[in-house]
Parts: sequence; C-alpha cells; structure tokens
Amino acid sequence: MKHFFSFIFLFLIVQTGYSQITFPRNGVYDDRDGIYAFKNATIHKAPGQVLNNATLVIKEGKIEAVGTGVSIPDGAVEIDLKGKHIYPSFIDIYASHGMPEINKKDGPRNRGIQQMISNKEGPYSWNEALRTEFRAHEKFKADAKTANGWIKAGFGAISSHQMDGISRGSASLISLADKNEHEVILKDITAHHFSFKKGSSKQGYPGSLMGAIALLKQTNIDSDWYKNHGHKIEKNLSLKAWDELKSVPQIFAVSDKLEALRVLKMGQETKDKFIIKGSGDEYQRLEELKKWNPTFILPLNFPKAYDVVDPYDALLVSLGDMKHWELAPSNPGLLEKAGMEFAFTTDGLKEKGALLKNIQKAIKNGLSEDTALKALTTIPAKIIKCADIVGTLEKGKVANFLITSGKIFGKKTKIYENWVMGIQSVLKPMDIPDLSGEYLLTYGKEKIPLKVKGANDPKMVLVKNDTTDIKVKHSYSNGLISLSFSPDEDKEEIISLSGVVEDKMWSGRGTLNNGEWINWRSVYAKELEPEKNDKKKEENKKDNGKKEKSKKSKKDIKGKITYPFMAYGWETAPEQATYLITNATVWTNEEDGILEEADVLISNGKIKKVGKGLSAGGGTEIDGTGKHVTSGIIDEHSHIAISKGVNECTQANTAEVSIADVVNSEDINIYRQLSGGVTVSQLLHGSCNPIGGRSALIKLRWGLQPEEMKMKNADGFIKFALGENVKKSRSDRNNRFPDSRMGVEQVYMDAFTRAREYKANASDPTRRKDLELEVVNEILDSKRFVTCHSYVQSEINMLMHVAEQFGFKINTFTHILEGYKVADKMKKHGAAGSSFSDWWAYKFEVIDAIPQNGEIMNQQGVLVGFNSDDAEMARRLNQEAAKAMMYGDISEEEAWKFVTLNPAIMLHIDDRVGSLKAGKDGDVVLWSDHPLSIYAKAEMTFIDGIKYFDRTEDAKIQAAIQTERARLIRKMLAAKKGGAPTQGVKGKHHHHYHCDDHEDELSH
Amino acid sequence: MRNIYILLLIAFIIPNLKAQQTPAKKQAERIVIMGATAHLGNGQIIENSIIAFEDGKFSTVANQAIGQGFDGYKIIEATGKHLYPGFIAPNTQLGLKEIDAVRATRDSREIGSLNPNIRSIIAYNTDSKVTPTVRSNGVLIAQVVPQGSTIPGTSSIVQLDAWNWEDAIIKEDDAIYLNWPSMFSRDWRNHGAIKKNEKYEKEVKKLESLFTEASVYSNKTNTKKQNLKLDAMRGLFDEKKKLFINVNFVKSITAAVLFAEKFDIKPVIIGGRDSYMITDFLKKHNVSVILKNTQSLPRREDDAIDQPFKTPGVLEKAGILYGLSIGGAWEQRNLPFQAGQCIAYGLDKEAAVQAITLNNAKILGIDKSVGSIEEGKSATFFICKGDVFDMRTSKVQQAFIDGREIDLNNKQKDLYNKFKAKYEKR
Repeated sequence: MKHFFSFIFLFLIVQTGYSQITFPRNGVYDDRDGIYAFKNATIHKAPGQVLNNATLVIKEGKIEAVGTGVSIPDGAVEIDLKGKHIYPSFIDIYASHGMPEINKKDGPRNRGIQQMISNKEGPYSWNEALRTEFRAHEKFKADAKTANGWIKAGFGAISSHQMDGISRGSASLISLADKNEHEVILKDITAHHFSFKKGSSKQGYPGSLMGAIALLKQTNIDSDWYKNHGHKIEKNLSLKAWDELKSVPQIFAVSDKLEALRVLKMGQETKDKFIIKGSGDEYQRLEELKKWNPTFILPLNFPKAYDVVDPYDALLVSLGDMKHWELAPSNPGLLEKAGMEFAFTTDGLKEKGALLKNIQKAIKNGLSEDTALKALTTIPAKIIKCADIVGTLEKGKVANFLITSGKIFGKKTKIYENWVMGIQSVLKPMDIPDLSGEYLLTYGKEKIPLKVKGANDPKMVLVKNDTTDIKVKHSYSNGLISLSFSPDEDKEEIISLSGVVEDKMWSGRGTLNNGEWINWRSVYAKELEPEKNDKKKEENKKDNGKKEKSKKSKKDIKGKITYPFMAYGWETAPEQATYLITNATVWTNEEDGILEEADVLISNGKIKKVGKGLSAGGGTEIDGTGKHVTSGIIDEHSHIAISKGVNECTQANTAEVSIADVVNSEDINIYRQLSGGVTVSQLLHGSCNPIGGRSALIKLRWGLQPEEMKMKNADGFIKFALGENVKKSRSDRNNRFPDSRMGVEQVYMDAFTRAREYKANASDPTRRKDLELEVVNEILDSKRFVTCHSYVQSEINMLMHVAEQFGFKINTFTHILEGYKVADKMKKHGAAGSSFSDWWAYKFEVIDAIPQNGEIMNQQGVLVGFNSDDAEMARRLNQEAAKAMMYGDISEEEAWKFVTLNPAIMLHIDDRVGSLKAGKDGDVVLWSDHPLSIYAKAEMTFIDGIKYFDRTEDAKIQAAIQTERARLIRKMLAAKKGGAPTQGVKGKHHHHYHCDDHEDELSH
Repeated sequence: MRNIYILLLIAFIIPNLKAQQTPAKKQAERIVIMGATAHLGNGQIIENSIIAFEDGKFSTVANQAIGQGFDGYKIIEATGKHLYPGFIAPNTQLGLKEIDAVRATRDSREIGSLNPNIRSIIAYNTDSKVTPTVRSNGVLIAQVVPQGSTIPGTSSIVQLDAWNWEDAIIKEDDAIYLNWPSMFSRDWRNHGAIKKNEKYEKEVKKLESLFTEASVYSNKTNTKKQNLKLDAMRGLFDEKKKLFINVNFVKSITAAVLFAEKFDIKPVIIGGRDSYMITDFLKKHNVSVILKNTQSLPRREDDAIDQPFKTPGVLEKAGILYGLSIGGAWEQRNLPFQAGQCIAYGLDKEAAVQAITLNNAKILGIDKSVGSIEEGKSATFFICKGDVFDMRTSKVQQAFIDGREIDLNNKQKDLYNKFKAKYEKR
C-alpha cells in the first residue's frame, strides 16, 4: 500500500482550441486557449542546453516561448516549478501503436504444397511479404489505453508502423495525446520500414535470408522500371508505393549484427542509406559496422542472467550467450565511444516502464547522460526528419514535455507530469505535503503515538510499545487522508479512519472493528528523531562504503570482446608472420612430388620457398621432423558458415540469390574445420532447385567478418541440381515444377532460352532488368561457372547436352555418384567430378553409388575431388581421400590431390592455392603423421601465412573457456542471489546444413 | 503413386544386378592361418601367430613358436597381415532399412510410443544389398534395432551371412530399447532455441508406471488378461533381456541409470555422449556404455573440438566397460573408423580393437561364444592386408563366420568391375 501514490494516474483533459474544425458540434463551444506558463524551472531545452530559472509558455498545444526573460502572456495559467526540471518528452520511432492487428491466418503451411503468388486481392505485388502500399496514417486508430502506457513511460510522440512483412510500408508520427485520429497524426509518412521476416505472408518465396535480400534488390529495380515504363503495361500499386517511399528514411529491423552488415551492404546496391533497428549486439562487430557510418535504433532489452544453479543445466548456455549477458548493457556506451549515432526504442521490452531503469544500467556501463537524452529526443526526431515538430522545447514545436523532480536519469528522480500536445498527464502528484514527523493519534478512547517516516511515499507506524510497531495503511490525495490498521496484529480487527489534513492536524471520522463510528485526530508533536538503529545503519554504511568500493572494483571486471563473439573467438587476432617448417615430409602436389626432410618457408602471406636447408630469416622455426607438410584442404562442397537457409527452395530457378549475401563468420565449424586442415571452402546453395543460388568462396579466416573471409577476385560459381531433390521427392506432394527428370531439362531449356532473348533485347530502354536472367547470362557467357548436384547417369548426360547446345561447359558435377558410368562422356565434355568417398543407400538415386567412383573417373582423365557436404566430414577429408585408396587402386599422391589441388583447379584458384609452390598463398598444414592416415592430426593450420590453428594453443584456449565460463557462472549466481531476475537456461540450435535441408531439424 | 513406381523400379533393377552373395557352407575342413599379427580382441596381440579352427570354432590360438603339427589342415599363409575378431556392430538398422529415403524400404519404425513387443528380428532381411558392403569391411555381427518412439521395440543379434533370419540369429530378443525422454525441447517462438522440456517429468512418470506395472505383471503366475507389451517386458525383470537406454545429456544419463535401478535393472547406456563427465558415477553403478559415432561433432559450441574423439580413451582409463557403434545401416561399413579415430586421441590400439569386439560382445551378452579370438569360441574373424583402422592401409581380404569363409564380394564391387571392363574394352 505504500506504493499507493505511485498508482495514482490522473488524466486531466484540458480542452484546447484547435479541435476538429470541420466537425459539427453537439452542444456549446468550449474552446479554450490552453495557455500555460511554467516558471522558475530548470529547462532542458535540448540535450546540452539547460536554462536555469526559466519559463516555458505553451498555447494551443504548441510551445509559445522558452527562456529566462520570457514574459508571461495574458490569460496564462501560471505553474511554479521551482526546483523542478522540464525535459522534452521522449520519442520512439520503432513502434506499432494504433496499427491494425496483424492477420495471422490459421493453420500451418501445407507441406509440399506451396503458395506461389500473393493471395492479396487487388493489383499489388506478386509477393505477399511486400506490403509497401500500407500507409500507417490511413490505418491508425487512436487508442487511449495503450497511449497511456506510453505516456507513463515518458513518451510524447512515436513513429508507428505495422510490423508485418519484409517491406512493411510507411510509418506515421503520432502524438500520444488522447484525441482522435484527425488531430494526433503529426506527420503522415515518416519512414519506409523493412525486415527479414515474412510476417503474415504464407507464400513460399522467399524461404531464406538470401531470398529476402534478392527480393528487395529486384523490387527496388522493379519500382524504378514501373515508374518509367511498367505503368503503361501493368498496374502495380505496391511498386508505385515503393517509389513514393523512396525519398523517406528507410528503416530496417535486423536480428543480429551480421544482418546489420548485410543490410548496409545491400543499401550500397539499392542506393539506400538504411537506418538499422538493431539487436543490441552491435558491439560484437563494431569496427566493421562503423565503416558504414550507420544510424541505429537500439533496443534496451538487455538479457536477464541465466539461471545456472544446476551446473548441468548451465552446459546448455553457450559462452557467447553468457558473455552477451555481461556486455549487452555496454552496447550503447560502446557505440557512443565509436562515434555512432543512435536512438533508443522500447521495442523488445516487456514493460515500457523498464526503459529508464535500463538506460541507467547503460549509463553505469559507459553511456553518457547527454547521449542517452539525445537518443530519446533529438536523434529519433532527426532520423525520421521530424526535428521541426518534436524533440526539443522550441517555439512552434508540439508541447510535449516532462516535469521531473531532478535530472532525468537520476536514480531517485520522479517524473511528475508528462504534457503531450499541451495536455497534462499526472504520473505522480507534485503537491504532496511533507507529512513526516511524530504525531499523537487519538481515536475513540485510544491514544497512541504515530510515526510518519519519509517525505515521499511515507511509511506510517503506530508505536504500541518499545518492541512492536503497527503498520498503518494509508493514502493521501488532495488534502484527504485515510488510514487503516489492526491494533492487535494477532486478531483480525481493523480500524478505518478517514479525514482531512489541515496544517499539522489531521482529523475526521472512522469506524471501529464492530462498526461503531468514532471521531479521530492526529496532532503533530515533533520532528522524528533519528532512530538508534538508523544511526547504526548509517555508521555501518560508512564502513561498508569502503568495502563496497573495493568490492566494486572487483565487480567491474568484465570479459573481453572476442572475434567472433563466442567460444574459441580471438581476443587479439593472429597476425601474419614468417614461418619456416623444417625437416618434414613435404607433399608439394607439384612435379617434385613428395620431398623427404624438406623445408617450407612462409613469408608475407605467401609460400616463399620449398626445398632443403632453407633459412628462416628471422622468422619462427617449426621443427617438422617426423611430420608432414601439405597445402590446405579445399572443400569444394560445403554448407558451413551460412545464415538462415542454405536453400531458396521455392522456385525452380533462383539464380538471383547468393550465398555470398549470407556468409556467417560466427560458425564454430569454421574453427573446427581448421583443426582438420581445411583452409578453403566453397559455400554452396542447396540442391532444391535445378538452378540454385550462387556460391561463396571463403578462406577459413576465423575471427574476421564475412566480407573479409571471401576470396577476392575469384571466379563466381552457381549451384545447379538434378534428380530427387529438385523433384522434391521427399515430400508426399509437390506443386512446384518440375516433378520429373523430364521437367528438369525443360527448366534449363527455358531459362537459357529466355536469358538469350533477354540479352538480345539489351538495347531496349523499356526492358526490365532481371537479376535472375542476368546471372543466367553470365553462365552462357562463361563468366560464371556451374557446380551441379547430380547422381544418375541419364541426368548427367542430359545436362552436358543442354550446356553444349547453349555453348557453355558444366564446370563441375558434384556428388556425381554415377560418374563412373559416364566418365568418358564427362572427360569429353570437360567436366570435373567432385564426389563422396563412400556414401550411398541414403536415397534411391544413390543405389548404384560405389566407393571406387573416384578412382574410375580419375583413371578416365576426369578431374576428381572429394568434398564433404557435411560439417563433420569436412574435418576429416584427408581420411575420405584415403578411402579412395582403400576401395580402389590409386596412388597416395593422386588420392591426396582429391582434397587439395584438384578442387583448387575446379574452383579456378589453382594459381593461388592447392599446392606448395613458391608464390602461392601461405595456406599450409602441418600434420603429426602421414596426412592420409586416420592417425594424422593437423597440428597447425596457416592461411595467408597467418596461423589460425595451433593444437597446442587450442588446449590453452579450451582451458580459458572453462575459466571464463566459471567466472560468468559465478557472476550470474551472485546476480541471482542479489535479487536480479533470471531466465531459464537456453541453448542455440546449431544448423549443420546439408544439400537438401530446407527446414529446421530437431535434434537433441 | 510415386511409391509404386519406386517399388517397380526396385523390382526390375535389383534382380538384374548379379551381386547375390550366397551364404557360405558349413566349415568342412580344418584350417590354420599362419604368420598373421593376431589382434585377439581381449587386448592382447600375437605377432606371428598360428590360429587354427575346426567345426566353426577356434582350436588353436598360439604363437608360431609352437611349431607345426597341422597336417591335414588347409593352410592360409598370412604373414604380414592382420587378423581380427569379427567386428560387432551394436544399435544398427541393418536389414531393416534398404534405402533411407524410400519409405517402402524402411521397416525400422512402428507407430505408437511404447512398443516393447515390437521385434526387429522378424523383419530382418538377410538379402539386403547393404549387408555385403558392411561385411567386406570386417563387420560380421550386428544388433538389429527398431528406432523411433520412446520404446521402439526389442532388438536381436545376428551374424551377417545367412539364408533367413532364423539362420542369422545369435541371440533373439536380446534387449529392449528405450529412448530416454529429452530434458530439452525446441522453442519455436525463439528461433528454435533449445530450452527445458516442460513435459519431461510427465514423460518419465509415464515410463515409471509402465515399468512398475510390468514388474508386477511379471510376477503374476496366471494372467487372465494377457498384455503383449507387458509380456515382452518380462525378460527385463529376470535378466533374460537387457535394457538399452539411448541417452546423451549428462543429467539425463544419471536420471536414466537411477530409473533403471529402481526396477533392479542394470541398464546399458547407448549414445552416452556426456559419459566422460560422470565416469565415477558410471563406475560406482557398474553401468556399461556404448558410444555412438566418435566421428561426430561436439554437441556444444564450447566443448573441446575433439571431445568425441577423446571420450573412449577417458572411459578406458576410468575402467568402464564401453563399446563403440555407429548409427544406421549402410554406415556400418565405417564402424572400424569409429574406433580408429580415437587412437590418435588417447586410446590404445588394442583397446580400440576390443571396443568393437569383446567389449561389445560383453555388453550385448554374447561374449561366451564371440568377440575374441580364443580357443573354443566361434571362428568369426577376418584377415586384413594392413591396419584395419587406417583407410590408408585397410583391405579386408578374407572373412569367416563360424568357420565358414564368406563371400566378400558385394554389389558395389560388381558395378566397379562392370564399368572398369566397359572402359578397358574400348
């Protein structure tokens, strides 16, 4: 009950003069000027601009004047705010207040049967996730109840949009004042909102993150085309709407820091400077983000500590998640230090009331108060180009302001009032008198001392004797007071009193437990004496102060930011150095073959020399005696390090999508595969469609950001696929063309025919630029190369025929488990084969797979490699190569090339990697044993002359992970003990993608 | 409709391939193998050995020093080669699944969550085209196990060269499999993150009442109302059947062991991914473990990157009876490498042999007759040109089951020869 006062939430409606003029009135006009003058206040006109003893004058919901020498106009209601502060009310520009409910259609997506085009009626986009035509100001519905929630939290205006779809249409600046729609829409269109979530759309496309990126790029082109030519041919209101929104701020909501980078990169192409509604983990890739100089809208939903009381349960929580718990409150401060501009949003907070508490947390963790205030006022206003309407207290702006007891971010500061459009909302009454003191309460025949402690939210107790205090429930409002208590706490008796407060005397009438009415009064006797206990406490506090300080300095130790931000991430990235590996067995993959007792010199990121008796030249010498040195393993077919979907499964031809858009640098398998000697991986699109997406070629540069992992100036590849996966044979039903191998051929015939025509029309200015066909043309022009998922000889043969018909070559058949049946034809065509060693029997089309496939193809002169298609197998590709020897008849050197030089040739990078030759990249592996042996361990793995993996170091890293986990667990347990709220343990689900993964797998 | 086409395809294509390995005839003559390095499966090794067998059983297991005396024996010269007991593959779907993705060829899962009465043996297909490819890598004995629900059914142990399932049986209905309920579930509202399974307690309770009732039922002498499921569970309470509990998470393993002990059952832990964390507990409770796929990724991002490779070595040192396995059917050909993988990570080579021979035999309860090369035991073994654990050297050349030399050809070798010949002819 002591919080009674804080529950008071008065809502005073002040009629102002600018009601809806066009509306008829039912009654007598009551339009008032609404002139108020707030004087003697400390006015924070804008962040950093403080006026002491100043006056604010508002009129008709707008600011009339602010300053120290302001004269109070005639007819103004004067309010003395001596000792109080005035701030501009807050602004949240990532909100959905007043937007229509999102239509969540019933039922799950139909397995196998997909929705191909939009179900929306009318001439709108083909894609239901593009809701660009949505206009917030047309659909906004005033809602006083939720507006109250915002006002309580200190907000005066918000920019609201409907959070549904990839393109979500426009947002509007809305005043939170309790008026109807005609009056509170301050600006119709403030921003165009985007996300990577389809929302209510149940349409198949896009089914992956890369698909969403491709869709946005194409739509951007389409809207331009529509404006210039398309509108003469078709009606498309979504494209029209897109163009209308091109000039307003573009706000993109992302779910992690890598998505932020992806959006910024996409903006380069679409010529948009995206404002990122972030995810709170920006500090984890701050340097890269900073390069784009983006503006952020930051959430403040810092994670709660995990409940790690049970150490087994704690295993579920990853080090990265624990570290994020510790560092998330530092995010705003770190962005500030990096000089980045940001606004705050309450999005993600369960209670908007937690806003200030969390900002205080951020301030404690390095954020300045000034920046915090900006992030709630001027920056959001600036982002949505509404700085002339809201954000500061200047003449002409909307009268949205807060009256507070002190500095806005002070721990004890109270917000008394939030004025929105000149309408007062009382959050906490300002006029509560100080009732504290010692009184004598007389009721009926009883006389008993009453102590009232504290000026704000006072506590009241009756002093029965020295040992027992009786708690008194009470409430006060506008001079009226009521009290209730049980004189004997063992009995359920209750006495209720009600009366008035006049100076130092309270008096009135009340009822005893038996219902008898009595008079009562409470007379002020004296000031409260500081209690003995209180004195002690204070002394203790002083002592503790010292202790706490020393404790505090201990407490403040925080984990370092690692790259990537997870277990095995680097605190400091390894650097290029000169290394000489001596006296080892060196597998050159060159004419020299295998050299015994030889040296390899790596310098400036390259292989400097291979030979005997080399000098380290001041570099680090590594004794390779009894060990083997090879070039790094190259995995031609990998699906690691990919975010949100390896397949864009929804259409037969998705050449427009690219894995390069979704490379995930934070995948632990990158590090794990370094420990298996892998240095280069081609990240392929899955095998869901005859023409899949483009691939990304990366070096496993663990710790670097996605763009830095990609191999520069390498030929581009694209994934094709044949057979069961493209027919969707695993589903019982399929409505996506093709459904048979016969149809697969026609997908190709159609795509290449169309692409050829498209190219022929290049000079037509009305031609719509088609990203998909542009990519297909790259294939026809032998500027992009095909890796085709394939199993059965008929289809392999077919695709070579199609390619020859259109004058290009299939670069690589991957899987190619029946390659041995058509090795002669492949040789003739010039296709390479990238296969598995021994996989078979997992589906019907691999029923004739044999482990000697590699050997036969190799013997027929086909360039042969073995790939993984599997995160686990990739780290023992050396063993898979050895299986070629086990099942077939092939030399060691030939087998070894299956996983090194041959894939390098297939990928057109053999001038740089694939063998140990002076001048090639310093991608080198030191093996403990014969590299084809199951007993061999990669001891060190170098990429570009940088040692990314060292087994000895790894043991230390593993120990450090344990220590860091233990520290964080201790800290979380302490937090829990200290009363901090916790959340149940949660773990990440790890996607280990394969070719045919197009949905999540449940694993445990 | 599509399935019919697939069936038709299988029906037409498969008979056209000539690979049909005929089960070998009973051992007729006495055979002695001279000079091989014999890995006995019990941790011992005999360099330069003499291994003789007759009537399907080892009669001599000795060092060359014992000299000759093998007149009338068929002599197999194996100097420089390696001899191993037939590898034993627990927890397989051999003969139950022909092609993973084709429903018509799968017989490993049944409807319902508690199916102790489901018996794998009667569905075991001795003519699977997969089995010969597994045998030719030295795997000669397998436990055939139903998959799926909480209690998927009862397994049986077979040798891999038989005319029909009856011939194949080494031990019928050897164990009931129990997939321990997961303590965690996916949170679809939170990007599929893993969180605590709210239903866990309820699921365990369900199992508890089943086991309690089955235990009471097993003591009843005259049952008016027969319950096939409870009948199938009788064996658990008189030690005629083992209880294999498939469980991986450390806390779940502990819970599973305590659960079984409540019913006086000594369980076998299958999977056992986190077993390395609680070796004291496992030792104290005398629980054996069959690990799955050492060639696998660590479960947790923070785990040691090579934890699955190291786990067998940890169990070995702790003195826990453990074996190795690999899931699935065709994958069984890679069982040897699940053992080989661990040798560079702290497991002794002979211990690695033992892990997939005698240890597995002991855990499966068939060690009296198989699992090691010892006089009196079944002559189920194979000869490898090199080290069977290392792909670089492994070539299995001859294999015997109960003294019968089995055909090591398989469908894949036939196709290899067929197409090799195609290119050679031209």
